[in-house]
Amino acid sequence: MTADDNLFLAELCAELAGLKIDPHKGYLIESRLGPVARREGFGSVTELVQAVRARGEERLALACAEAMAPGETAFFRDRAVFEHVWREIAPQIARRRADGVVRIWSAGCGPGQEIYSLAMLQAEQPAPTGRVELFASDLSERLLDRARLGVYSSFEVQRGLSARQLVRHFENRDEHFQLAKRLRQDVRWRRVNLLDDLTPLGVFDVVMCRYVLSGLTDEARRRAADELARTVAADGVLVLGAGEAPPPGFVADPAFGCVLRRAVEVRAAA
Amino acid sequence: MKTCLVVDESRVVRKVARRLVEDRGFAVAEAGDGMEGLAWCRAMMPDLVLLDASMPLMSGLDFMRRLRLEPGGRAPKVIFCSAETNLERIREALDAGAAEYIIKPFDGDIVAEKLALAGVA
Repeated sequence: MTADDNLFLAELCAELAGLKIDPHKGYLIESRLGPVARREGFGSVTELVQAVRARGEERLALACAEAMAPGETAFFRDRAVFEHVWREIAPQIARRRADGVVRIWSAGCGPGQEIYSLAMLQAEQPAPTGRVELFASDLSERLLDRARLGVYSSFEVQRGLSARQLVRHFENRDEHFQLAKRLRQDVRWRRVNLLDDLTPLGVFDVVMCRYVLSGLTDEARRRAADELARTVAADGVLVLGAGEAPPPGFVADPAFGCVLRRAVEVRAAA
Repeated sequence: MKTCLVVDESRVVRKVARRLVEDRGFAVAEAGDGMEGLAWCRAMMPDLVLLDASMPLMSGLDFMRRLRLEPGGRAPKVIFCSAETNLERIREALDAGAAEYIIKPFDGDIVAEKLALAGVA
């Protein structure tokens, strides 16, 4: 691939998904797009990129952008944050809701570990009051299909899960492990581009968007953060990754810097 | 300093495991089979045993049962370490008293995670 191909791809990813891709990291682009090239029947990544440049085919371009999205994730990443959301925040919100329903959205869910961590907590520690509804979205249909299946390698199930949780919630599936159907059925999935208008999705009590915004360009990050902020209920929380900056109007929970509340709510409660 | 005994018939696995556990602040001893492992434990009971589940002379389960009968043998946390992915076998190890279970092959992140989950990090 030429430097011009790499630059073209970086610009394409920024335009389609707001992704921040360093065009100097040709090896990263090659390794991420290799599977796409094979799947689409191209002899090499170079041929794939040439086709994207020549055809202007949106499906192929989107497949490239989806493959370039960062995919690093784990079950219970920063376990204390999950415990805090489940044991403290969700019950507080449930008590304030007439129907007792707490809506949690995992935005940029990848292969599903984040939302399934919450599904496991729901099975292990049912909420004393109310009911929790779990939603998950990703830009990539392929990742959503993978997440719906809930099949993980031994490496993946060992990142964040205890052995007890593994034997309790999973079944053997050839050399891999599949999350029990009853937990997979707890989640509603949808393809969402965080750069789109998110108001049709409605409002959520907990929006978890962890280590997603940091992979976006500055402009896309601002736009996505604004859109996400609009989906958070007035008394809800936005949960970002550690070190990810809060959007305007949100302040960090004193106990967990990545758990953000609306500043106006915090002032009113003080 | 916390102590760890690595019991595994494979010299390579012992070497890799030793380095990963030493990196996390443990003093490490090695044993190539269950009998040697029990001898180590009688001489000095470790805080942690990283235990191969499928050793030829004495299985991991048999080792753990015998370890628990030794004076002070209930104290060490035992983490099984095996290529066995059958969930029934993993459940067996946990029900017999293993604190955690590592599926081989593993890396430093997985070892660190499992030590924390076992409460010996």
